[in-house]
Amino acid sequence: MKQIKVNLIFLLLIFPSTLFALEIKEHRFENGLKVLIIENHKAPVATFQVWYRTGSRNEPAGKSGLSHLLEHMMFKGTPRYGPSVFSKIIQKNGGTDNAYTTQDYTVYFEISSSDRIMLAFDLESDRMQNLTLDPKEVLSERSVVMEERRLRYEDDPQNSLFEEVVAAAYKVHPYQRPVIGWMSDLESIERDDLYKYYKVNYSPNNAVIVIVGDVKTDQIIEHVNKSFGHIQSGPLRKSTASSEPDQKGERRILLRREAEMPYLLIAYHTPAFPHEDSYSLAVLSLILSGGKSSRLYKSLVYEKKIALNVDTEYDGFNKDPYLFFLDATVFPEKNINDVEDALCTEIEKIKNRPPSEQEVQKARNQIEASFIMEQDSIYLEAMKYGMFEILGDWRLIDRYLEGIRKVTPEDVTTVAKKYLRKDNRTVGILIPTKEVKSEK
Amino acid sequence: MLVFLLIVTANCLLPTNAFALNVKKTTLQNGLIVLYSEEHSLPILMLTLLVKASPLNEPKDKAGLANLTAELLLEGTRHRKSTDISEEIEFLGASLDTSTSSDYTTVTLSVLKKDINKGLELFSDILLNPVFPQQEIERKKEIIKGSLKHREEDPSFIAERTFRNEVFGEHPYGRLTEGLGETIDSIKREDLIRFYSDYFLPNNSILSIVGDLTEEELNVLVKGYLDNWARANLPPMLPRVFDQTKITKIIKKIDKDLTQASIILGNIGISRNNPDYYAVSIMNYILGGGGFSSRLMQSIRDDMGLAYDVDSSFSTNKEKGIFQIEVQTKNKSAGLVISEIVKQMKRIQKEEVSDDELADAKSYLTGSFMRRLDTNRKIADFLALVEFYNLGFDYIVKYPVYINSITKKDILRVAKKYLNSENYVLVVVANQKKAALKY
Repeated sequence: MKQIKVNLIFLLLIFPSTLFALEIKEHRFENGLKVLIIENHKAPVATFQVWYRTGSRNEPAGKSGLSHLLEHMMFKGTPRYGPSVFSKIIQKNGGTDNAYTTQDYTVYFEISSSDRIMLAFDLESDRMQNLTLDPKEVLSERSVVMEERRLRYEDDPQNSLFEEVVAAAYKVHPYQRPVIGWMSDLESIERDDLYKYYKVNYSPNNAVIVIVGDVKTDQIIEHVNKSFGHIQSGPLRKSTASSEPDQKGERRILLRREAEMPYLLIAYHTPAFPHEDSYSLAVLSLILSGGKSSRLYKSLVYEKKIALNVDTEYDGFNKDPYLFFLDATVFPEKNINDVEDALCTEIEKIKNRPPSEQEVQKARNQIEASFIMEQDSIYLEAMKYGMFEILGDWRLIDRYLEGIRKVTPEDVTTVAKKYLRKDNRTVGILIPTKEVKSEK
Repeated sequence: MLVFLLIVTANCLLPTNAFALNVKKTTLQNGLIVLYSEEHSLPILMLTLLVKASPLNEPKDKAGLANLTAELLLEGTRHRKSTDISEEIEFLGASLDTSTSSDYTTVTLSVLKKDINKGLELFSDILLNPVFPQQEIERKKEIIKGSLKHREEDPSFIAERTFRNEVFGEHPYGRLTEGLGETIDSIKREDLIRFYSDYFLPNNSILSIVGDLTEEELNVLVKGYLDNWARANLPPMLPRVFDQTKITKIIKKIDKDLTQASIILGNIGISRNNPDYYAVSIMNYILGGGGFSSRLMQSIRDDMGLAYDVDSSFSTNKEKGIFQIEVQTKNKSAGLVISEIVKQMKRIQKEEVSDDELADAKSYLTGSFMRRLDTNRKIADFLALVEFYNLGFDYIVKYPVYINSITKKDILRVAKKYLNSENYVLVVVANQKKAALKY
């Protein structure tokens, strides 16, 4: 067995006070591949994940959906393992495997008993280098993705509005396009587009491996080295995306289609973590919509009874500045204008007066507790470390929690004023049209 | 590709011999069964209380009663208003929820160890002292009705609702747990109070606790918070009958302006305690439950490129279950996909499965068991269900034995017995003009 020359770094990450200590082991091979390992011996299971630092953000114009279609094609075989063999091998060993694509990264993972997890190594290593990309399979899988698009977007009124709002909020930055791709772009993707993209982005120096579970670090590192250590580095890649100019005026989108209820979705441009405002924005989001005791639920759902549900979405976990979302489904027979007014009233309120210390503390508690609860699952644990690593460095987890702890009520008001401005938002409104309904 | 393997429903439990759970079972004086597993790797606690209260216990004209009762537990107690409950639990970063399914209701708590006292105090308060305020009842009814309307936006919800209704007919499994607009409206405060006092009893419940707690700590907490939960006699079971005589082919077509047809095809299934459960599990895995290893996925997705996902499932309940194959495909492929489904059903009813298929299904089902017990939350839910379905705590050891004893002949026999490739129920929600189905 070849001796590993690379330095092993052992780091102990201690979460202050309430959080739980975790030992993360980081390792980098000469070909640029980084490996993170967390031993967790609670149950005899483990997860193996390969993260590629590429997503829809890295697609050429006119080829939206390329990253995601390639993710599908990664299950369609190499010269060594034919089409659809990958998952069958994992499953007959009692494991499960899957993958997903985001704007910023693409993840492939296996979960299985810890004594079988190493089966995945050669399979993942093989498809990192030797994907077949058979043109016939490309055509067939393209139509599968089109079905997925119909399922998730075309026939889902609220997701359709989401797609419209994001597309309107961005004019320049690739976050404008949906991860799954526009239908006409999908139709234009050929085998060569996939191959070029694969060659540029799928390489050890553009990947991170995360392993969590009942494993022994020294042993597992040897196996990772055997499977991945020999792979040649890929080309150096520029991963800059055009930056979005400031938005200078509200944009409004109307979507008319068959649907049951009117729906409102508002998106404000906001910075991404680790920007100094990202912590206060995360706390602001929870104060507005973190559960039934949050401001928006209490006002719009509980007291005024004008919304069926109301939510905000901000975590800041993107490579580039993304959006702070507010959305509400209108209560039957109620007016969407009243819902929009009530949302704006709540936003003005928090811009004008800082929230109570209790509200801020509650948000901090919710974030800290969720970090601990997530450690119950090796899968979620691996996902968290992989994501922070993609955003820059897994050690940023520490900085994130530290940042959250420091947020004051005044900080919340400051970021609300700075970002939740009318000129900085895109408002989407779903108007249900009369439906044809006949049962036979 | 994000298709998760849904080969089994929550009540299907899979084991291994490599992983043993240390479970203690005690029955309190008031009849409450307490299951407990100590797990100190994280400072958290997961509680699942399973109450045998469900649509099986509600009259048809009050459908939704069990669900509404459970929802109202969180909306006011003798000591707290609705808003106090959510404020206190959310301040801890904890969660306290109720949920009603076909056979039972659960009350679940997830809480950090440091907050266990406060968490359990809230848990016992909502469980023992709910007051069902009239105003909160009205509010909740409107929200449930609104959500039901909203879910009509989802074609697979419409298909599922229609399908269950056709398969189960008058049986409570045939209706939505939430009820319907009219039945929800007919539920009065007295009904809720009565349902609560009839069924939310310690001698009708199972409490499962997994986490960072010693037995001594557990005893103090249970004694402190659940000891004065008083036992009482349960009302007699409501009579129920299955109308098994009219097994005919039923086709329901629902027209909506959609790009895809949402299709469900299937028939009545089996109950959880059917001895054929294990043979059925393997047969279903091979047919359509085994994700990318299944025949339906191989043909409809991989070979034909006609769907993102297709799966078959036997969801098993206490009294009866359902068998269904579900798929979405663009309108004009609907007919082709349906005929492929029927073809695959007929094939598994006619020919024995291959040795490889059988071996792979067995190794998946036995080998994946430990993943179903890899979090404290999953263990807590698992223990409650093992007790509820009377599987015995040696089930973990017995399951692989049951699975490994199944032969190809068994698979053929159960495929013939439990799949109906002639007189099935078929629901298609689609743009019917574009789907242009022959039938």
